[in-house]
Amino acid sequence: MSHHEHDAAAAHDDHDHKPYGWKRWVYATNHKDIGTMYLVFACVLFFLGGSMALVIRLELFQPGLQFVDPAFFNQMTTVHALLMIFGAVMPAWTGLANWLIPMQVGAPDMALPRLNNFSFWILPFAFLLLIASLFVPGGGPAGGWTLYPPLVLQGGDSLPLAIFAIHMMGASSILGAINVIVTIMNMRAPGVGLLNMPLFVWTWLITAYLLIAVMPVLAGAVTMLLTDHFFGTSFFSAAGGGDPVMFQHIFWFFGHPEVYILILPAFGIVSEIIPTFSRKPLFGYESMVYASASIAFLSFIVWAHHMFTVGMPLAGQMFFMLSTMLIAIPTGVKVFNWCATMWRGSLTFETPMLFALAFLFLFTLGGFSGLMLAIAPADFQYHDTYFVVAHFHYVLVPGSIFTIMAAVYYWLPKWTGRMYDETLGKWHFWLSTIGVNVLFFPQHFLGLAGMPRRIPDYSVQFSDWNMVSSIGAFIFGFSQLLFVYVVVKAVRSGAKAPARPWEGAHGLEWELPTPAPYHSWTEPPSPTLIARGAEH
Amino acid sequence: MLNFARPFVADSGWHLLNMTEGVTDLSKKIYDLHMMVFWVCAVIALIVYGVMVIALVKFRRSNGAKADTKMVHSTKAEILWTAAPTIILIAMAIPAARVLIDIEDTRGTQMTLKVTGYQWKWQYEYLDEGFSFFSTLSPQSNEARQLQSGIDPSGVKNYLLDVDNEVVVPTGTKVRLLLTAQDVIHAWWIPAFGMKKDAIPGFVNEMWFKVDTDKPGTYRGQCVELCGRDHGFMPIVVRAVSMDEYKAWAAERKVALAPPAAEPEPAAPAADPNAPATASVAAPVARG
Repeated sequence: MSHHEHDAAAAHDDHDHKPYGWKRWVYATNHKDIGTMYLVFACVLFFLGGSMALVIRLELFQPGLQFVDPAFFNQMTTVHALLMIFGAVMPAWTGLANWLIPMQVGAPDMALPRLNNFSFWILPFAFLLLIASLFVPGGGPAGGWTLYPPLVLQGGDSLPLAIFAIHMMGASSILGAINVIVTIMNMRAPGVGLLNMPLFVWTWLITAYLLIAVMPVLAGAVTMLLTDHFFGTSFFSAAGGGDPVMFQHIFWFFGHPEVYILILPAFGIVSEIIPTFSRKPLFGYESMVYASASIAFLSFIVWAHHMFTVGMPLAGQMFFMLSTMLIAIPTGVKVFNWCATMWRGSLTFETPMLFALAFLFLFTLGGFSGLMLAIAPADFQYHDTYFVVAHFHYVLVPGSIFTIMAAVYYWLPKWTGRMYDETLGKWHFWLSTIGVNVLFFPQHFLGLAGMPRRIPDYSVQFSDWNMVSSIGAFIFGFSQLLFVYVVVKAVRSGAKAPARPWEGAHGLEWELPTPAPYHSWTEPPSPTLIARGAEH
Repeated sequence: MLNFARPFVADSGWHLLNMTEGVTDLSKKIYDLHMMVFWVCAVIALIVYGVMVIALVKFRRSNGAKADTKMVHSTKAEILWTAAPTIILIAMAIPAARVLIDIEDTRGTQMTLKVTGYQWKWQYEYLDEGFSFFSTLSPQSNEARQLQSGIDPSGVKNYLLDVDNEVVVPTGTKVRLLLTAQDVIHAWWIPAFGMKKDAIPGFVNEMWFKVDTDKPGTYRGQCVELCGRDHGFMPIVVRAVSMDEYKAWAAERKVALAPPAAEPEPAAPAADPNAPATASVAAPVARG
């Protein structure tokens, strides 16, 4: 099938089936519309969660309490985390999955369009509940996003609101994950084999299984909190024969796979972008797939490294220390493969590549601090200090968030048919990268020097690095407004993009016309196109 | 080897970059382990980042680099970069496991101190001596830390790291801590002692430390498990003194706190995390 025919078919679809006005969005069943909604939603929540982070960094700018009450500070740390994890990063991945998976596997749309609509439209209501919880008597949830009892049970009216919000987010994630799995398993075009799929599709497939495995575990844990608080059960109360540490085990059985849910799709994105701008196929494609699967498997047997200080038996500590160290092996394989992909390549440094490179350098840095944290005796010093805060922000901000932005820059021309402003994109990149390091690098020092996390005020010897960190936070935070400007400018008035804006880009999505037609592959791609696209 | 660790001084802290070696045998072992892992990571980082930087410089298209599109797989390389990290990890795991076993060796403790976390203070019970007391944030720090107090924290001695009643322990003595909590989970940590452990309501955790005989002094730490509104304001101060001084202190405290049965009624666990800790903060600030 020629491009011309496909164009005509796409145009035909546009006229026949595209709903207009608000109905297009509320009744949306199109994967691109739903993907857009997910991405816009994630962006809004990213700014909301980010503004809470700025409240935190403002209060920590200097010692003493200048701006907020400690109780409100705790609400900010708690809700910041919940918004960023469940409201920004996870919906952004689902948005990218929606946009890209059908285009990349040669399908017209996601397999379950109405389920797709439902899974998105749960989210605004879930987050309305969570945000509303900030305004009820007693204030918002303030026990940390980890929701440890008994502290979390001291929450006022916010507790049931937060718990129902988490239930809804979990339901949304599970539905999204089912849709991804069904699409990948059933909707691949004839000839697109599992080991021909782009790495982003692979990492999302693995992520989807992780979601289905662990979101119900979180739902169970928070439901037990609910019954402990309102219905007189004692799952987590020693006085009634329960155990508060059991909550932590259940929570982290969800929580550790969750951190891979947040990062695995990033591995996929980077595995697409680095080959494109190295003009060279991904090195060790199969080992990348197996490494992703190994990381996912290991994520189920390392959870208690988050709780080395709860007083586990020696054998338990030993097991979780060793299993955690094992994760370094498949993660190392990935980093080495990305390096080898660039080796003997022909590199250029457009904005998506810059963000992917920042991921490569800074995620690796977070990996090193992760390895240090795995060493249980050393963790007795690091645990619950700013060293941990630095570690997980390095893997989440330059890890997940940078990669989401790289993806937006990379695929925006295909999505919208318009190019972003390369100069402004580079400005955004450099401001973000400098900001993020000024923000999080000094937190390693603070943690090692003994500053606990989740405190609204600190002893004066921590002043200097806190001030530096806060300055970095404001640089990083405000630079993100530039991102929105660049994207909006590109969508409204960007230069027209060619069908293949990156000469090194391979994959079925680049074989579609630009902008991508409303229904992606109304006819399956030909074997020639599949063969050309599969040059990973 | 670079030594970033410096003794604690109350200044604004540009020089505070690394973990301190601490004053116990365990804290030094942990410090050594930390530095060992740090240097292993630093060397690996140097190699990996080195390769990345060389690639970024050497294989730029603007330098005329042509892509070698056939270089997509190498079983040899894959085996090498799977096996090498495995060996390094095993080399790191062995000393780590040794230290872990030392930490968990609670045999031969010479005295026992029961530590109970409350929102937001600590109670210390000297089980061998038969007296106990509470330890809360010092009044000067407490005044200065109120919202918009107008007091410059740098003018307050040991801001947020000072208490009304210090814990006193003898040096050169293996002190066993039994940790529990009354309301929510807290965690007890003195960085110079190397260890932290959670204090969990309804359960008793155990840890120990032994301050070096030649390192008497005052050591400070904080609660490190989020425990509500005033989590940041329940410091821990331990004064390590010689055995003779300790005995004199204990005898004096025994008299001062007698009869030991008359334990102070602990404050009822606050049901509302927003409840002001002291009367002076009667009006929680409006949310911004």
